[in-house]
Amino acid sequence: MAGLIGASIKRKEDPRLLTGRGRYVADLRLPGMLHAAVLRSPHPHARLRATDASAARALPGVVAVITARDLGPVGRIPVRLGPRPSLEACLQPPLASDRVRYVGEPIAVVVAASRYLAEDALERITVGYEPLQAAVDARLAAEAGAPALHEALGGNVVERLLTQSGDVAGALAAADRRIRERFVVQRHTGVPMETRGLVAAYDAGTRLLTVWGVAKVPHWNRRVLAELLDHPEHLIRVVELEVGGGFGVRGEFYPEDLLVPWAAMRLGRPVQWVEDRREHLMAANHSREQLHDVEIGVRRDGTILALHDRFLADLGAYIRTHGVIVPELTAALLPGPYRIRNYRCEVLCVLTNKTPTGTYRGPGRFEGTFVRERLVDMVAGALGLDPAEVRRRNFIQPEEMPYEVGGAALGQPTVYDCGNYPGAFETALAAIDYKAVREEQAAARRQGRHLGIGLGCVVEKAGLGPWEYARVEVDGSGQVTVYSGAASVGQGLETTLAQICGEELGLPAEAITVIHGDSALVPFGIGAFASRGAMVAGGAVLEASRRLRAKILALAARLLEARGDDLVLDHGRVHVRGAPGRALSLRDLARAAAPGQPLPPGMEPGLSAQHFFEAPRMSYPYGTHAAVVEVDAETGQVALLKYVIAYDVGRAINPAIVAGQFVGGLAQGIGGALYEELVYDADGQLLTTTFMDYLLPTAMETPAGVVAKILEETPTPLHPLGSKGAGEGGSSGAGAAIANAVADALAPFGVVVNALPLSPDRLLRLILNPGSG
Amino acid sequence: MSERAIRLKVNGREYQRTVEVRKTLADFLREDLELTGTHLGCEHGVCGACTIVMDGEAVRSCLLFAVQADGADLLTVEGLAEGEALHPIQEAFWEHHGLQCGFCTPGFLMTLYCFLRDRPRPSEAEIREALAGNLCRCTGYQNIVLAAKAAAEKLAATGR
Ligand code: FES
Ligand code: FES
Repeated sequence: MAGLIGASIKRKEDPRLLTGRGRYVADLRLPGMLHAAVLRSPHPHARLRATDASAARALPGVVAVITARDLGPVGRIPVRLGPRPSLEACLQPPLASDRVRYVGEPIAVVVAASRYLAEDALERITVGYEPLQAAVDARLAAEAGAPALHEALGGNVVERLLTQSGDVAGALAAADRRIRERFVVQRHTGVPMETRGLVAAYDAGTRLLTVWGVAKVPHWNRRVLAELLDHPEHLIRVVELEVGGGFGVRGEFYPEDLLVPWAAMRLGRPVQWVEDRREHLMAANHSREQLHDVEIGVRRDGTILALHDRFLADLGAYIRTHGVIVPELTAALLPGPYRIRNYRCEVLCVLTNKTPTGTYRGPGRFEGTFVRERLVDMVAGALGLDPAEVRRRNFIQPEEMPYEVGGAALGQPTVYDCGNYPGAFETALAAIDYKAVREEQAAARRQGRHLGIGLGCVVEKAGLGPWEYARVEVDGSGQVTVYSGAASVGQGLETTLAQICGEELGLPAEAITVIHGDSALVPFGIGAFASRGAMVAGGAVLEASRRLRAKILALAARLLEARGDDLVLDHGRVHVRGAPGRALSLRDLARAAAPGQPLPPGMEPGLSAQHFFEAPRMSYPYGTHAAVVEVDAETGQVALLKYVIAYDVGRAINPAIVAGQFVGGLAQGIGGALYEELVYDADGQLLTTTFMDYLLPTAMETPAGVVAKILEETPTPLHPLGSKGAGEGGSSGAGAAIANAVADALAPFGVVVNALPLSPDRLLRLILNPGSG
Repeated sequence: MSERAIRLKVNGREYQRTVEVRKTLADFLREDLELTGTHLGCEHGVCGACTIVMDGEAVRSCLLFAVQADGADLLTVEGLAEGEALHPIQEAFWEHHGLQCGFCTPGFLMTLYCFLRDRPRPSEAEIREALAGNLCRCTGYQNIVLAAKAAAEKLAATGR
């Protein structure tokens, strides 16, 4: 249907979700199903002595207690993105056997008739722990002589990364002004509202193992499971179901992704495991914890000459599926939208006795954007320039695109495909009315109120390949179905893909069924990460739909005895232009395309088409966040008065969904900027294991009237529609903009804002003792 | 394990069941009555995903035991729509893109069901305060608040 792409239509997913009919994994009930609970280490670091599960096994209703010994020799969970030989020694085993390395590490699994009974049994398992000294602070853990987590590694530094271009030392020496600062980004993470969960069932007759609740990258996870279980891939079916938020965290292969299917196979009964919130906060990937020591060299007019960063990334106790890509991406995109010819970044990837880490929406960009944009403001402060002006002087200009940054990530050199950075920037400034806010700020200061305005310019990445799969099919009843290899994490994928297909096939989105996340129905696929849904999955659907359209028209031309370009495909029918009576429905055509029917030469039977969309290079969407805050100097509370995001997505398929991504991502960014922190005590105990301690923003902490400016100024040449991803830009600039606004508000106090979160107690400390940053 | 017989009404239908006294009302609804539209996001009373209406008041079903609902009249998200006709609050969420993953949504709908009944013409500040006990990780709340405003107007227009 013409005009479908770019329309804010209502989502296809919503009626079922609004009426309680969406089926999430915890909602699944199978006959004879058992329930699992996981025994987790209460110690950050300990040697394991004898485990005695006899009392647990004796409890009525308990079917099995599985320890590492029962599991026998199974492999460790491999790295999905960016495997390196150096990481092999630190991969996580599904169950700890002789040593635990973080609070929350799985030691045993109980399977019982109900979750209540399984939890009762957990309390009856006795484990002999011999506590070891824990390495908690990454700075200390990186030093020689620190308690070592993995003996085979020799120390806790698992990898060193270096990005370098130009001559940093020379450029710094030539700079008019050099500024050094330390920046800290705290440990926090995605925390979807639905915790993780799985159901597995094994049919011993056919040897088919089915696993429900496999999200994000179902086909990859199936491969890993096949390898760990030594069970043929084609005899494993993975099904996604409804997913209650992903954000990078959910759907990676975790220990439970092996343990639950293993138990179902061994016991011959379906097993369900649903994580509780406390488990989630200690077991699912943490993220973001970095400590940067940065130096920037500038000319008197604010031109950036060189940037030198040395940072520590605290990766927790094991290397999980994301390897070291979060620090890698941080380094690759740290220069952001600015022309920085001399850049050097040295990274230490350090292991500590804390929960292992992975990606969280805007991985590396939330962190790096905070560091870079705070520095730019510090430059402005030191030179007595307006922060907006310093940015203007350093933006890479549209005519410099494509622009080679100098680094690389995920095996690709960082080359910005296109962009108009000054354009998005000025749009944001105009929308927040920068000049007026500056005047308002001056007036407020005279009344003793502390208003601040902060900017955060972002360069994101999107559309990570290597490819995605789609098939589009007209069935015998004339109905169109899209089969996509992508996965949904609740972002409206079905609607977006239906719009793309509908535009090509002349159908409204409601008329199209979208199937994804079931390996029995979709044989190939990659999944949902790196803002790749609209771009890579959408590209596959677009191309498959175009092929199908061509096939439909070719067949109709023959049957209607008309020329292909005289035909109109609309509303589920093909008719001859100007002769609406000479028409065939999709149903007629599907039947005419059945095997055995006479078909145009060279045409395959069946009214369907498929496509693998290859995306050898990523796109780099970009934009500017602008925030106005008021800080209460008595309480340290930050109120967000105004917020603007201007962000270029190339082409928005469904603007309402895109805006929803911006505003929703922003709320997570606000959490990271002001509230959320996974806190460990000095011994390595995790202190934030409930929503009373780990504070998610509510409707009270998120600003009203966020302005989401969706820009379509620079469609990417890497995509047939020009679309870039939209999923992460709402988060990644928020730490920067809010921290800059808070620093601006508190400028009269002379405080240094260099660490997140800017919680009331931190801000009060800063106000009372400005040197304590 | 100690058990007790209870009798209650859910979405207009009478049920009589025997339950373990330690079973939460949320688990009872989800497991024993197979009403899985009520979700669990924390099981410690903070996220509001499990919100249902009990004798006319919004309550957190994860903080109650099933036996405490003996004799009660409950409404869950499954009881909001009339057949295929969405309730005005549901319609407003659909029209204003008030949900993404939908996991938190039943809790928001049930909270608003009571709030808008008690406060038919709320201000934005009042809506935000009323929703402060429901967490959403996807939407940033902006469209939920918009949907709540629109729902208030719809309800006023239909006299509900
Ligand atoms: S599940 Fe009841 S409040 Fe979170
Ligand atoms: S829509 Fe996903 S948590 Fe609210």
